[in-house]
Amino acid sequence: MTHLADLPVWAAIPVALLLLLGASLALIGSIGFVRLRSFYERVHAPTLGTTMGIGSVLLASMLCFTVLQSRLVLHEILIAVFMIVTTPITLMLLARAALYRDRSEGSDDVPAAPPVQTGAPSAQDTAPPV
Amino acid sequence: MKRWLPYPLLTAALVAMWLLLTESVALGSLLMGGVLATVAVWGFAALDPPGGRLKRPRAAVALAALVMGDVARSNLAVVKIILNPRKTERVSGFLHIPLDMRAPYGLATLACIITATPGTIWVEYNSANNTILLHILDLVDESTWIDTIKGRYEKRLMEIFE
Repeated sequence: MTHLADLPVWAAIPVALLLLLGASLALIGSIGFVRLRSFYERVHAPTLGTTMGIGSVLLASMLCFTVLQSRLVLHEILIAVFMIVTTPITLMLLARAALYRDRSEGSDDVPAAPPVQTGAPSAQDTAPPV
Repeated sequence: MKRWLPYPLLTAALVAMWLLLTESVALGSLLMGGVLATVAVWGFAALDPPGGRLKRPRAAVALAALVMGDVARSNLAVVKIILNPRKTERVSGFLHIPLDMRAPYGLATLACIITATPGTIWVEYNSANNTILLHILDLVDESTWIDTIKGRYEKRLMEIFE
């Protein structure tokens, strides 16, 4: 990070803007944790940071280091792929755990369990092959 | 050939991942990546994954571009909802959507798309009647959401996977 002063202005401005955008989205997502009312609403908040937030930061990183090293730096794409594949699993796990708890407590706020229960794990539990 | 290389596309993707990780296209990293990818794909095949393949790669690329645009738009929508100072009569809630698609990889992709898009999350899949349960942050109009999921994503995924 010592060579950042070498970054030309035409690259520094979009890098700064992208970083600011990504950081703002992550911050707004965190504010959502406080402002939204129920657990199911709060689950939506962090997706801001994990989609466009991380996307902007990765774009900024790619641009910055491509210009500094004068060659393409593409392994940020890997970070993006790993984020896309892993975050939905975490979010679904949280939402399903909450739904299971609310149903077993007999809460009226959640839809009832389907009448036909299939014991086998179904397709949405499986991550797509990468 | 089939026995040694059961999933050529997956193998190629793993080699590409290795080359990106090591950031070199030297012969050494190509060989190392090839060996690792082949062994990893044998491990994947040993899991006996469900069948099904990508039938229209070009449609998949088009869908990825579409989803990226949608994700950007829903980001702005959710930002507006969170920063809205008044707690207006916004309704959030659960929504059942009947599906026509049965392809397991199509369903998995749909789950990733829905959950990665801010404002919607996939909660449950009922394989008995092929219905999914979503939670939606801004449930203004149920039929609009059903049309979006079915017309915009499911139709394209069925083209790609079925």
